[in-house]
Order: sequence, then structure tokens, then C-alpha cells
Amino acid sequence: MTPLKERLVQLEVLRYNPDTDTEAHFQRYEVVCQEEWVVLDALNKVKADIDPTLNFRWSCHMAVCGSCGMMINGEPKLSCHAFLRSYEGVIRVEPLAHFPIERDLVTAPDDFMEKLKRVKPYIIPKEKKPISEGEYKQTPAQLMKFRQYSMCINCMLCYAACPEYGLTPDFIGPAALTLAHRYNLDSRDGGRLARQEVVATHEGVWDCTFVGACSEVCPAHVDPASALQQMKITSSIDWIVEHLIPGGKS
Amino acid sequence: MSRNPLVREVPPTTWFFRHPRYLRYMSREITCIFIAAYCVMLVVGLQRLAAGPAAWDGFLLALRSADSIVFHLLALAAALYHAATWFNATQKAMPIQIGEDFVPGSVISGAHYVAWAVLSIAVLYFAGAF
Amino acid sequence: MAKSHKPVVWFPFAAGGTVIAFCIPVIVVLTFLAALGHVPSGLSYERMHAFAGSGLGKLIIFGVLALSLWSSAHRLRCTFYDFGVRADTLVATVLYVAAIVASIASALFLLRI
Repeated sequence: MTPLKERLVQLEVLRYNPDTDTEAHFQRYEVVCQEEWVVLDALNKVKADIDPTLNFRWSCHMAVCGSCGMMINGEPKLSCHAFLRSYEGVIRVEPLAHFPIERDLVTAPDDFMEKLKRVKPYIIPKEKKPISEGEYKQTPAQLMKFRQYSMCINCMLCYAACPEYGLTPDFIGPAALTLAHRYNLDSRDGGRLARQEVVATHEGVWDCTFVGACSEVCPAHVDPASALQQMKITSSIDWIVEHLIPGGKS
Repeated sequence: MSRNPLVREVPPTTWFFRHPRYLRYMSREITCIFIAAYCVMLVVGLQRLAAGPAAWDGFLLALRSADSIVFHLLALAAALYHAATWFNATQKAMPIQIGEDFVPGSVISGAHYVAWAVLSIAVLYFAGAF
Repeated sequence: MAKSHKPVVWFPFAAGGTVIAFCIPVIVVLTFLAALGHVPSGLSYERMHAFAGSGLGKLIIFGVLALSLWSSAHRLRCTFYDFGVRADTLVATVLYVAAIVASIASALFLLRI
């Protein structure tokens, strides 16, 4: 077996200590890495060998858990999915944009968590039936209708990419709205009108100007931009039914 | 343990310099300035058409300036960029599911491009452009 | 939080965006040919007058202009916000009124033909 190739990696990491700092600042680290590593490996090496005070979140190391999102050279990325060989020179690592910094590369996700709850991201059955009547069945075609939108790992890269969320923090944002769409499209669900109370507001889909950045950075290929465009169309049809058709239900 | 999160403001007038994709987005958005100006020019043309043959010929003659040629090139670039971004977006806004599978997005956008080409050639033909 | 009335302005924006994509490039080519001195025969006074004089022609011209103007006005409104202008109500009012005035003007010109 050929030995792994080593490489001296220079990292520029944004640091913030909530107990002592009023501003964040960059700190430079030089660390010997294997060429095959990802940025998260380099950070772990720094933490183990150079600076144990460096804080960052991670868990699965396989782009599934969605914990290790960071800005890497200005691009929202899962650091476990950002290969060192894709970068030359100094690699700049910052916490996810648009979220408050809790400490170093750790951000405060409170706003996203609160918005996620507001869109009722769970099945609201059309009609409740007793367990004795069996399961709610679904055909493969009905599953495929929403499957893509169910792949979200809540990594919040789309929020870090969305300039409208940065400019208008009240915006419900890509991932939460997309999850609302996922349940709206589910054949077992009857909660769309309840979700519209959040989706069809100014802070809902109407703050989206279809920049499309969310879909470009999504590591799970969920394509939130398409979900929001589709919801704008259904919300518009709702409005027409409600206001322009006599007897249209609200 | 008390929290003291650091909130970073997004610069409201310069944010789009932060990433090339934001510049692409802004260039898509500002195509509307050239489209709007061109439409205003068409409204003026309509007024000239209503005013009679001499006024209309004067309008056509007034188009023949260097400024007008530059403006037309800008408007054409804006209109084409808008059209491309719009057709590419149709596959996202209106996916078509047949059975289990979705029609590939390239087919939906491609159909728009084909329809656009046919319409444009037909208009050019009937307008006697060739 | 109340549901938004944004569909009132967004639906014509979306319709206008489609109209711009399909129709405006070829119209620009036609007047561009005229700007280069090669006026297409379809832009002669007789043929333009005949086209704008017909009911269908009036409908097409008005539809293309009104929707394109509205769509541009709406997009410009969003662009003002993106450039950091936060007086959205004022911007929206001015731009939508301008689009409506230009549309009414084109309707009046069409009725004179």
C-alpha cells in the first residue's frame, strides 16, 4: 500500500469567545494533514494537537447529521464534505453566515428551530382513524411526489446562503418552508390550510425573491428554491379562490 | 452558563459583492431596468403610430442613432438573459410527474426553448425580417 | 400574522415575466433592425397600422406591454430593496402607478388607431 500523502494546511479560523470578546477575529493555524482529509479532519487535528480551546460542532462525519456546517472560503459547506484537495492556499473557515455566533465556529440555531416549529412539520391526518383500521397507505408515486423534500438534514446551509434571510431575519426561510411543502404534498396529510397561515404570509414564501442560492448549496439536493416557487403558485391560487370566486372558501 | 451570542449584520447595500452567485442574481434582476426602458420606448412608438404616417416614419428614423444601437444591444442582452433564466426556472416551478417519475427538468425547460424559438422565427418571418 | 395579498402583484409579475421571455427578445430584434437602417417590411406604417387597428392586434400589443411593464415594475421594486432602499411602500406605489399609467396610455393610443 502506498503511504498517504501529507500536506501542510494553513487554516484561517474565525474565533469568538463570548466571555471575553466583543468582536470576532481570525486566527491562523498550520497543521500537517493527509491529502485525502476533509476540512473537519484538519479542525480536529488542530483541536487535538495545537489548540484545545477551538470550538466547532460535528457528529457523523458522513454528511448525514447536518451538524458541521461552516463557511469555507465564503461558501456554506458541510466541513465533513469539504475535501482539502479542493482548496489551495489558506483555507478560511467561518461560522455559518446569518446566524449569531455562540462561540468560535458554533452558531446559535434558535431562530431556525423556532421557525421549524411554526410550519407544523409533521403529518396532520386528513381524518383520524383508530389503530384497528390499520395503517395509512401510500403508493410509490405518492411517495415520490414529496420524497426529495423529505431529505433535508437541517444543516442550515441554505439559510447561510440565502441573502433575503440575511437582509430580512423574519423570513421563515428555505428549509422550514420546504418542509411545510413536503407535508403539504403528502397524500396522508390534511394540514395544508393550517400551514398556509404561516406559509402564505409576508414572512413566508413572499419574502423569497428566487435567488436560488439555497438549492445551489444544499448538500442533500433538496432544492428548496423549487419548493418555494411551487408554494408561491399554490398560495396565489388560494388567494384567487378566496377573494375572486364567489363562495370560495377561506 | 450565560450566553452572549455575537450578531453579525448583513451590509444592506453591498451584500451582493460577497459571492459571485449574488452578482449573477443581481444581474438577472436589473435586466428589468432595460426591459422597462424598452417598453416605455414601445409606448412612445405606439403614440407615434397613432399620430399618423409622418410621425411613425420619424420614430423609425429616430431609432437610427448610435445611442439607440447601444441601447438596443443592452436591451437585447437583458431580454435574452431574462428569457434564459426564466425558462430554466420553469422546471422548478412546474414539475410534471408521470406515474412515479418526474419528467426531467431539461425536458420542461427545453420545451420552452423550442416554443420560444418557433415563436420568434414566426414573428420575424411575418414581420418580413427575412 | 395575516395572510399576504402579495398574489395580487405577483401573479401579473409571473405572467409578465413569461411574456417578456417569449416576446421581448424578438421585438427588440425587429426595432434593432430598424435602428441599423434595415426596417423590416412589417414595421412599415401601413402594416403596423393595420395590425394595431385590428381587435386581435390591439389585444396582443396591450397584453404584451401592460404585463411586461408590470413585471418590470415589480422586479424593480424588489431590486430597490436588494440595493438597500427600505422605503418599500413608497417605491412600490411609485413603480406600480408608473406601470399602470404607461399601460393606460398605450390603451388610449391603441384606441386612436
